[in-house]
Amino acid sequence: MSKTRRDFLKLAGACACTVAASQLVGANAHAASAGHGPAVPQPGNQHEHALHGTHWGMVIDTKRFTDPLLVQKCVDACHLTHNVPKIDGPQELKWIWPANYLETFTEHNHYLPDSVEQRSFLLLCNHCENPPCVRVCPTKATFKRGWDGIVQMDMHRCIGCRFCMAACPYGARSFNFHNPRPYIDEAKMNPAYPTRMRGVVEKCTFCVERLAQGLMPACVEASDGAILFGDLDDPASTVRKALASKFTVRRKVSLGTEPSVYYII
Amino acid sequence: MLEKALKGSPLYWFWLFFLACVAGVGSMAYLYQLNFGLSVTGMSRDVSWGFYIAQFTYLVGVAASAVMLVLPTYLHHYKAFKKMIILGEFMAIAAVSMCLLFIIVDLGQPQRAMNVILHPTPGSILFWDMIVLNGYLFINLLVGWVTLQAERNEVAPPKWIKFFIYLSIFWAFSIHTVTAFLYAGLPGRHYWLTAIMAARFLASAFCSGPAILLLLAFLLKRLVNFDPGKEAIKSLAKIITYAMAINVFFFLLEVFTAFYSDIPGHKAPIVYLFSGMDGFAQWTPFMWLAAILAFLSLALLIPAKLRDNHELLPWTLLFLVIATWIDKGIGLLVGGFTPNMFETVTEYVPSIPELAIVLAIYAMGAMILTVLWKIALGVKQEVGHF
Repeated sequence: MSKTRRDFLKLAGACACTVAASQLVGANAHAASAGHGPAVPQPGNQHEHALHGTHWGMVIDTKRFTDPLLVQKCVDACHLTHNVPKIDGPQELKWIWPANYLETFTEHNHYLPDSVEQRSFLLLCNHCENPPCVRVCPTKATFKRGWDGIVQMDMHRCIGCRFCMAACPYGARSFNFHNPRPYIDEAKMNPAYPTRMRGVVEKCTFCVERLAQGLMPACVEASDGAILFGDLDDPASTVRKALASKFTVRRKVSLGTEPSVYYII
Repeated sequence: MLEKALKGSPLYWFWLFFLACVAGVGSMAYLYQLNFGLSVTGMSRDVSWGFYIAQFTYLVGVAASAVMLVLPTYLHHYKAFKKMIILGEFMAIAAVSMCLLFIIVDLGQPQRAMNVILHPTPGSILFWDMIVLNGYLFINLLVGWVTLQAERNEVAPPKWIKFFIYLSIFWAFSIHTVTAFLYAGLPGRHYWLTAIMAARFLASAFCSGPAILLLLAFLLKRLVNFDPGKEAIKSLAKIITYAMAINVFFFLLEVFTAFYSDIPGHKAPIVYLFSGMDGFAQWTPFMWLAAILAFLSLALLIPAKLRDNHELLPWTLLFLVIATWIDKGIGLLVGGFTPNMFETVTEYVPSIPELAIVLAIYAMGAMILTVLWKIALGVKQEVGHF
């Protein structure tokens, strides 16, 4: 009796292995054909007016953000362009948002001028050169584009483990605790940008979809010149010229993440 | 051997029925969570992991603790643990099963869990955690089953199983080290960014896991008159004592480094946990209770006279389990996320559905443990080993 049972188990085990192996081979073949393998450092099909850069970066002139309306204009431009749901409370989602000096620069001096301490600072994903969120993601759902340094998200691959949120030292990532769609104002919805589903992480993408069409990021466009955007690798770019002429700081540089967002104080 | 689980006293069936009810209620809560997302939990943008991941972390330790029986038995040929070693291995199976369930319920998109295998990412510690946890589950199932089968047939276990037993010793250390690396490698989380995180995890595991095992062994003695043996209890209590002393010592090392260096970021989570911050102090009573119970358990464990008093020992172990559970099941996660990345405080309160799901997974773990132990004790009874 026990011999036949053992034989059955052996057969069952062998079958299971064969099925698993064939699935694995199938999955790999599929991955290769559909281009879902490891991120290949080259752009896909590009619009003829697409903007090109090898290291996109941003310089925020915080002195220009004295008007709360301008701050709100930038935030709204981003959130409306990307259908970011408006949810109040601690489970909110935000791609770009204002914070005060102490929250922005957690290592700070005393006796600052009131104008600095009371200024609004726009926070967003820093598109780090060495992003901890990408390092910890178990599915490569968040990845750094090799050709322009943008840290991107694949919402269809994200399993919602939120390891990236624990890893990001800038609190730049939001999780869809709710189904986001009921929280998007239908009248203002942007049909050109996808909405997300419940249970995935999202964040600022440096407007990859706009760069590909030759447009500046939405917040930059809305900022009346207070936010500069360009290629940090190009010494003639507006961002490099601003960095060369103004004193700037980045958030939490001691962690070695190398943020690509600079602040003129 | 599975048939051993099918014959039992009314109490056995009532217990399983009770656990099934708890698991059933929690499963309804999980259905609710599946429908409304993790919004039904107390987690937030700032505290993005909560009770699920905390329980997962604690139970990895419980699972790893089986090695405290396996190592003396197979590396030092220590005979006294022979009788209860299977209980430790089967407890590890129940604990790892709970760990995997806690990971699944924490996922925002659980149906995509296999993406971790479809898109393997060796750079991510979570990928390695998946491998070591499943591997440990497999090893313990294999070793437990094969050695129990040999005991039933009253023959020596096959020689090849030795390989897996030695592997399980190495593997037990690996599961908790890798789990510690989930936390210890994140820049900007001061409470977690510490080189002794893995060492702390192992010390806490090697006192809390055996303490739970010993508590359950005392219960078995009452319920079914299974006696693991005086010598085994004595030795295990000694192991628990050393591990707890090291565990508390390691925590005090963290306190020293944070407060003597006087670096605000390092001090902040400890200050928040033990005295509150910005008017938020919800976990303070828990942390102080943990601290008091930790020292109390040590005071009752270190003197041999008190440690070997079997009237007192279950209480001591209970204190120890509560202290270590608060430290790892609440403090570790909350302290890692508070203060948040903007040096402000967002407090985390687990929701009712969240707690129901946690209880359900514990009930499922208890069911697995009950059935496995029933089988193990049934076999031992059959061959007259107790």
